[in-house]
Amino acid sequence: MTNYGSRRFVNIFMFCASLLSVVVVLVPLFLVLFFIVSKGASSLNWSFFTELPRPVGEPGGGMGNGIVGTLSLIGLACLIGVPLGIFGGIYLSEFGKGRFALVVRFATDILNGTPSIVIGIFAYTLVVLPMGHFSALAGGVALGVLMIPTVIRTTEEMMKLVPNALREGALALGVSYSQTLIHVILKTARAGIVTGILLAVARIAGETAPLLFTALGNQFWSTSLREPIAALPLQIFTYAISPFEEWQKQAWAGALVLIGIVLLLNIGCRFAINNRNMKRR
Amino acid sequence: MSANTDRTFERISLVCAIGVVAVVFLIGSVLLWESSPVFQKLGWRLLTNSQWDPVGEEFGLVPFIYGTLVSALLALLFAIPFSLGIAIFLTELSPDWLRGPTAFLIELLAAIPSVIYGLWGIFYLAPWLRQSVEPLLIQLNLPLFRGPAYGIGMLAAGIILAIMIIPIIASIARDVFQAVPMHQREAALALGATRWEVTRLAVLKYSESGILGAIFLGLGRALGETMAVTMVIGNRPEISLSLLAPSHTMASVLANEFAEASGALHLSALAAIGISLFVITFLTNAAARFLVWKVSGVAVAGRRE
Amino acid sequence: MAEDKIKVADLNAWFGSHQVLKDIGFSMSEKTVTAIIGPSGCGKSTLIRCFNRMHETVPQARVSGQIQLSGKDIFREDPVRLRQRVGMIFQKPNPFPTMSIFDNVVAGLRLNGVKDKSRLEAVARQCLIKAALWDEVKDKLKDSGTSLSGGQQQRLCIARALAVSPEVLLMDEPCSALDPISTARIEELIHELRPNYTIVIVTHNMQQAARVSDFTSFLYMGELIEHGETKQLFTNPREKRTEDYITGRFG
Repeated sequence: MTNYGSRRFVNIFMFCASLLSVVVVLVPLFLVLFFIVSKGASSLNWSFFTELPRPVGEPGGGMGNGIVGTLSLIGLACLIGVPLGIFGGIYLSEFGKGRFALVVRFATDILNGTPSIVIGIFAYTLVVLPMGHFSALAGGVALGVLMIPTVIRTTEEMMKLVPNALREGALALGVSYSQTLIHVILKTARAGIVTGILLAVARIAGETAPLLFTALGNQFWSTSLREPIAALPLQIFTYAISPFEEWQKQAWAGALVLIGIVLLLNIGCRFAINNRNMKRR
Repeated sequence: MSANTDRTFERISLVCAIGVVAVVFLIGSVLLWESSPVFQKLGWRLLTNSQWDPVGEEFGLVPFIYGTLVSALLALLFAIPFSLGIAIFLTELSPDWLRGPTAFLIELLAAIPSVIYGLWGIFYLAPWLRQSVEPLLIQLNLPLFRGPAYGIGMLAAGIILAIMIIPIIASIARDVFQAVPMHQREAALALGATRWEVTRLAVLKYSESGILGAIFLGLGRALGETMAVTMVIGNRPEISLSLLAPSHTMASVLANEFAEASGALHLSALAAIGISLFVITFLTNAAARFLVWKVSGVAVAGRRE
Repeated sequence: MAEDKIKVADLNAWFGSHQVLKDIGFSMSEKTVTAIIGPSGCGKSTLIRCFNRMHETVPQARVSGQIQLSGKDIFREDPVRLRQRVGMIFQKPNPFPTMSIFDNVVAGLRLNGVKDKSRLEAVARQCLIKAALWDEVKDKLKDSGTSLSGGQQQRLCIARALAVSPEVLLMDEPCSALDPISTARIEELIHELRPNYTIVIVTHNMQQAARVSDFTSFLYMGELIEHGETKQLFTNPREKRTEDYITGRFG
């Protein structure tokens, strides 16, 4: 066949292109990680974790309030997202049949695809407007709603992975359904569900957009749910777009802490999932 | 007693399931309620006016719709070839030992928070574009590349968005490719096809609608992406053909103005942007899910920031 | 009889550490039909997948030994070119679902850069006639390949394989997914193709082997137990195990 040479060339060319696209896309990943580590590490010290931000002109200071704020917001979000998500997932895997289950799944998909900033408007209208001011509570509501789809999905999947024989075995012993559910199914699926929750936390930990007009941010320590609260990603944003060099440095340090949290959660979850899959095989 | 707990348990989970549905309804109705004043006052003018002047109470969404669409399409333009290249590498080409690590690194790209991409965009991507890339583009003398090289602007936003949606498109496309039955590949192989021809004939053709679905999912994400875009697009509500010019998107105007809205009508106009965004992303995601599900039965567990 | 079309010597094949074929050696003459029989898992499919080097495309699969096609070692040949000379029909009909009947038949030709419409049409017609499908599809060449019945799809796959003018046709249990009537049509087709092609057919159906083939190889646990003329092998097997298998004592 006369054109075989050109076919071989196209073959090699296309596969080089495919390899190249992997390499090209990994470049920004390494660049981002490299710059964050190199720029962030120099500004990172113990006081970054313990101190409040300093006003412009004064070097030093930290984002202690932002770190604590982010942790409190995550806690609040979990109060909303985890029960709704787990029970929603239980509903889908155990009771949900017919049309309403489809509606629930569809709603989960919509929620998953909704831009987080839109969820922010929702929390603003629902919490900030009636209260009359920005608050930690509003931020927690926004992040909580954002958690729901991930938690529902993983709960449902993990519970469906529990072998039917296990359920039937328990039921055949005359154990009631709810006891089977609690002692057998949920126990077996527990590790998977926890992984799902941690993944959801990893996702909301870096969320910024929905906090802009809910939690708002705060330059001081705040423990009240009714007051605006600082958050690490918000502070990174504010400092990044500021014209002051000290603040920009702080932003890099904040980014290093944030990415540390997010990647740790992500990689940890991945290993947990992989290990389980290995065992199952 | 146990029958009672059984029922309670079922009820609790039903209530939570209803709660999830209610949240979605609530989001829609809250946005609708909040945006109704501006819809009543301005009606269709909202969607045809290209002036945005909160102080003068002029609210036209055109610049934001334009900015959102152009930045998202630009991102797709960059992202599609790379995503498909990655998916092809992962399913058709990679040796076994390299597959896991590569997929892991690509997915790591999806885990990095938006605000961190923005930070990197401001301090590295934008200066690099300004100094090294944009001067060259300007020399091409095309209408797409006119004006001063700011670095910050539509082009920077498109690139950052592309980086953020590549892992999404790539991972769905990979799932879709994996769902192509082996016998399809063997059919092409046995005809004397090269590996690339097998990919083209058996894999890409077979998964056309799944690929389209993956692209739509990426589009949905790009349309709603906020922080990174806000930080690098320049935030100016102007329509310019030049990709070097600053622009604004629906999401970025919300991020910039919502907390400090100057009045009830301004807030309402911003809510109108919010509901438009809600509807647009809803439609793209619904289309995506339908397309992916149709071809391969791959359930899309979508990701977001 | 003509010289050997395919000659196999010392052929071994593995999946990972599991050896599927052990020291296989036999040969086939040009324009004959050879059936490969044996219980499932005995390596029949692997054997014919070595003939067009498809076995090696499976991860962790290995092969050693020699296969000669018209006197030349196939393992020194480019696999892509080899597969144009050695066509293959699979167990399950696998037309490309996104292509029309016509496009399916000429897919191989298009790969080779044939663009001339009249030539493509001529080849498609000729191959569909050879595959005994023309009369059934001549009015719907634009329809999807998957709109056909299972038996028709398998004949479409045969037409697709014929279009690149192979010398050898490998058939891997081509009738196992088909009903008896479609099976009978494929068997007829094998008779019609015999004067022009060297055919190797894997089958678990001994009646089918007896009906369609000139020679039969009996494979058991990866070893070639017996190879000979079909009539002799079925009426007067040399080996005890062959006799046990064809009389249905195991398998």
